Amino acid sequence: MNLLSIKLPIRKGNFALSLELDLPLHGITAIFGPSGSGKTSLLRAIAGLDKYPGGYVKFAAQTWQDETVFTPVHKRQLGYVFQEDNLFSHLSVKENLRYGTRRAGTDTAVIDHIIIMLQLQNLLEHKPWQLSGGERQKVAIARALAIKPQLLLMDEPLAALDQTFKQEFLPALKNLVNELRLPLLYVSHASDEVAQLADNLVLIDKSGTASYGQLATMLTDPDLVLAHRQEAESIISAEVSAYDTEYAMLTLQFSGQKIFVSGKAMHAGTTVRLRILAQDISLTLSPQQGTSILNIFSVTIKEIFPFSAAQDTILLDLAGTPLLARITRKSKDLLGLKPDQNVFAQIKSVAIAQ
Amino acid sequence: MLTPADVTALFLTLKLALVTTVILLVLGTPLAWWLARSRWRFKFLLEALIALPLVLPPTVLGFYLLLTLGPRGIVGNMMQAIGGEALAFTFTGLVVGSVIYSLPFVVQPLQDTFHNIGKRPLEVAATLRASPLDRFSTVVLPLAKGGFVTASMLGFAHTLGEFGVVLMLGGNIPGETQVLSIAIYSHVESLEYTQAHLLSAGLLLLSFVMMLTVYGLRARARVTHL
Repeated sequence: MNLLSIKLPIRKGNFALSLELDLPLHGITAIFGPSGSGKTSLLRAIAGLDKYPGGYVKFAAQTWQDETVFTPVHKRQLGYVFQEDNLFSHLSVKENLRYGTRRAGTDTAVIDHIIIMLQLQNLLEHKPWQLSGGERQKVAIARALAIKPQLLLMDEPLAALDQTFKQEFLPALKNLVNELRLPLLYVSHASDEVAQLADNLVLIDKSGTASYGQLATMLTDPDLVLAHRQEAESIISAEVSAYDTEYAMLTLQFSGQKIFVSGKAMHAGTTVRLRILAQDISLTLSPQQGTSILNIFSVTIKEIFPFSAAQDTILLDLAGTPLLARITRKSKDLLGLKPDQNVFAQIKSVAIAQ
Repeated sequence: MLTPADVTALFLTLKLALVTTVILLVLGTPLAWWLARSRWRFKFLLEALIALPLVLPPTVLGFYLLLTLGPRGIVGNMMQAIGGEALAFTFTGLVVGSVIYSLPFVVQPLQDTFHNIGKRPLEVAATLRASPLDRFSTVVLPLAKGGFVTASMLGFAHTLGEFGVVLMLGGNIPGETQVLSIAIYSHVESLEYTQAHLLSAGLLLLSFVMMLTVYGLRARARVTHL
């Protein structure tokens, strides 16, 4: 499989971040970390917008940077979307789109398809100042996709936009990127964006260390900061199998298990991502009868680790899927919970992130 | 009406302003670009030097130029050594003087414009496969259009009004160095107020129209960029 191999000693003033990563080039990889952790610097360095000597950037068989080579940005087969100010103010939307495609030599069918997918048909003759913030970012993303890059880099492209726009746009973005089979590196400091979008995760913490892995594993890893957040969560990839119109309830399946989620009708076979907050899971020693909770699973305790003076976080295994639960230390002691024990998880609330 | 000498002075002035503006745009663009982009810590030295004509009495500049460009000056000597003539009291000498005299009026607006455009449009263009030259001509030049108009107008108008430098360096040779401002001065000296009025009013009108263009464009730019 193709890899993006990087080793970058990033220095800015008295800020230093030394990274060494081998990222598989498929799917969506989120680069996640607190503000000021160097996410943007990392992305800019990969693109060649900033130069940090003493490292390397290797994209599949091409060397973009090492001791002797530094490929200028315009010769790297990448697309880039900045957080804002992406569009050329002297060009219309159409001319903005054509600026890239003319130089990359993309055929017009691809551009037309992207314009339709992102619903830009009615904006083509507009100038950037006539567009809303969301529309501007959509055009910038369309322009980056239209040059058919081999790698797409996005630096918090939706950070300045409102939640409603994000919720509408994220699924469309995800579909388009998957459809074009484009590896995407997506910098974000919004955990909900990451949970919705990412397949893989590069986590940069305050001390400047980076770890990499699959999103579901990373979210629940006791050694990483994510499982220690107030809003710690797990994700499950599940397939729609039925919809009950009377109760407005979806039935979904994953690793041989059934889960019920209320929501809008969806086609059977659609794959969706379910998000479950650790605080929405409670544990029982035996399956409860006479409860309003629909989703109860048999799980195995993998690890118990402290969260606060009052609460512990518990890593569970649900038929191979890692799941986090957060319960009080008192309940843990009363139930006598310990690793390798089989218990039952009651899930109070599930959100669908498409 | 205008005397033939006045007409000659008028055309000489326009020619001087035009030649000076063209030279300033050619020299000033890379200089302003470098000043807007460079992070050299002693850049301010160069900026102060370029701004000097804004505050220096033109006679001071003219005086030193006379010394340098005259037959006994360094440049004058060099010109003579290669078979030319000293530049003092020639049209070429006036062009050299005007270029220095009007330099800040062209470089500063360009530098501001380039600075305001920022790095972003260039970075965007680079990620869209545009080479450095391509980026400059398809992104910087169109975005800096207003700055170029302002710089040209200011450089041109400022050269039109040049007096002290010309007087020191060029004197009052009709057809060679007698520009409008000098002609007006001569008319006043000879109490030819009608002629002086005619030329003065002409210069006033021309300068006002150019400033209207500069500030009119600026107001329009503000409206569209809201």
